[in-house]
Amino acid sequence: PGRVPGLTAGVIRGADLFGYVGIEAVLDQMRRKTMKAGFEFNIMVVGQSGLGKSTLVNTLFKSKVSRKSCTPNYEEKISKTVKLQSVSHVIEEKGVKMKLTVIDTPGFGDQINNENCWEPIVKYVNEQYEKYLKEELHVNRKRRIPDTRVHCCIYFLPATGHWLRPIDIEFMKRLGKIVSIVPVIAKADTLTIEERLEFKQRIRQDLAANGIRVYPQKEYDEDAEDRIVNDRIRESIPFAVVGTDKEHQVNGNKVLGRKTKWGIIEVENAAHCEFANLRDLLIRSHLQDLKDVTHNIHYETYRVRRLNESNMNFSELELSIRPLENGNGDKSESESHL
Amino acid sequence: NTATTKEHREKEYVGFATLPNQVHRKSVKKGFDFTLMVAGESGLGKSTLVNSLFLTDLHKDRKLLNAEERISQTVEITKHTVDIEEKGVKLKLTIVDTPGFGDAVNNTECWRPITDYIDQQFEQYFRDESGLNRKNIQDNRVHCCLYFIPPFGHGLRPVDIEFMKALQDKVNVVPLISKADCLMPSEIKKLKERLREEIDKYGIKIYQFPDCDSDEDEEFKQQDRELKESTPFAVIGSNTVVEARGQRVRGRLYPWGIVEVENQSHCDFVKLRTMLIRTHMHDLKDITCDCHYENYRAQCIQTMTSKMNADKRVESPIPILPLSTPDVETEKLIKMKDEELRRMQQMLQKMQQQMHEQDL
Repeated sequence: PGRVPGLTAGVIRGADLFGYVGIEAVLDQMRRKTMKAGFEFNIMVVGQSGLGKSTLVNTLFKSKVSRKSCTPNYEEKISKTVKLQSVSHVIEEKGVKMKLTVIDTPGFGDQINNENCWEPIVKYVNEQYEKYLKEELHVNRKRRIPDTRVHCCIYFLPATGHWLRPIDIEFMKRLGKIVSIVPVIAKADTLTIEERLEFKQRIRQDLAANGIRVYPQKEYDEDAEDRIVNDRIRESIPFAVVGTDKEHQVNGNKVLGRKTKWGIIEVENAAHCEFANLRDLLIRSHLQDLKDVTHNIHYETYRVRRLNESNMNFSELELSIRPLENGNGDKSESESHL
Repeated sequence: NTATTKEHREKEYVGFATLPNQVHRKSVKKGFDFTLMVAGESGLGKSTLVNSLFLTDLHKDRKLLNAEERISQTVEITKHTVDIEEKGVKLKLTIVDTPGFGDAVNNTECWRPITDYIDQQFEQYFRDESGLNRKNIQDNRVHCCLYFIPPFGHGLRPVDIEFMKALQDKVNVVPLISKADCLMPSEIKKLKERLREEIDKYGIKIYQFPDCDSDEDEEFKQQDRELKESTPFAVIGSNTVVEARGQRVRGRLYPWGIVEVENQSHCDFVKLRTMLIRTHMHDLKDITCDCHYENYRAQCIQTMTSKMNADKRVESPIPILPLSTPDVETEKLIKMKDEELRRMQQMLQKMQQQMHEQDL
């Protein structure tokens, strides 16, 4: 009996540790869980009747998700007041499930006197924050709090080619403080490329002059990488969009487009309009960021305000908490919220 | 033309299938944190095991206490934090050690400091979560507690039962058979069966692996089955490299042979590592947040509201922030938060005034 030949032993130091721990597997675990749970996304569309809100949303998500498309006997008429209505669908793509809720704002800007027409919208946005806050403060709260907060508000600007109108400024000023606004130039097929560029420039000037901050807000850029990407976006908004659900044959391919006597306006052709840019921003690259900004910034702002409003004077509270006893039979039954 | 058909097919998609990637990107940027507690008597190989698991060398210059020093030692809680980065993913790992546990002659309620520590982390989190500035909350909650059972006995000892029962509702308890290299395979099998029986018999709630989804692949399901059937894991740790079968491995060199830590026929180290890090780290955190913490929070609020009612104070629509019997540290924290609160209140008042003036 003896030592096994060729045996060596040595202490492992930090630098020459071999093998690997495998921590990036945590990302896979997270991915699995989030895929299973699915995602929620709530998008609001605001603008006067006839600006193509319904069509655009349907085009964005390539299905009939707008209220107009899925309400039987939908009547096209201007409602007397601004009434918000939402419709939800679960859409799936490559195994990823998303519960998409589209919130419509019929009546906005359609009246003769549109004063305060933004108030029902402000109220709705805040109501969703309140709902979430209540659930978050609840004693027995749900594992996943249902999220009805508005993650993104697409504001439709008519393609006048001039400036922002007073109603645009009023709306975006107020809502820009509580929700992420993405302004778009609607029905942009009435603008030439030069007119479009000038219009956009004037809009950006107007926004800056009125202190309106639209998404992506500069102060929420997380790092230099984000800033570069977002700066590029900020220099090209608002996107000029055209929407349609009709397909035509162009060069042997089927494309989404609007057919006129002078040509076909291809919706997904970057040379024709900026629909693809909008879709990429909203869905393909910044969807999660929109949700994060809503949760980490807009919602937190609301929460702080509400907590302060409840008039608490903390030093008055003289409660103390004893460390909890072991094996205490007094434990509450919280199985129900699992 | 395959390029255009692929492009065309891409156009068919809306594109929100990139969502998991968007989340992924953000998580990589943010990094993860994990707090692991180790508990058990001295000399059961806790530090060595942790070093083996995370390829670190914590406790490098540790001084081991002799018996006389240990007589007067009480149970301490020590924390070590280490940042690990692998393939771009950052993990901030915190190891909470419990030196002194079970080492005294009289070990009555030696778990008290440990349960108190866990509760304190919950309370801190509750306070932070209920506070005004939630931007950079530090999560120090204990996500998992590895409990080391000595291999010498024939099952659970009274201290094992008491400890696990004291902690079962506060943290994910993962019992381990430590220093398993002193047991033969048949002895390990017997001990595991015995332990499983007794855990059942005494109603001890240890961490349960969640069931596999039905749509997982067969390999994953097989791995999951094997994991579940080999608990409690029998582990061996090592900080030394030995040469075995022509390779450099972590192991322990004995005259009668070499124990290889990462050899699955020698011990369950690989299973433990797989479970703890590669497959269940996220679940351990979820259960801590969704069950243990929520239980604590619910109880806290109920205790506070019942006290409030007893004092006949006005019921507020929003529950209050918790305040505990403050020690010096906590006093400082409270003062800091009060200051912050006052500042925020002033700021908000100013903002509200400005908004009001703008509206006029």
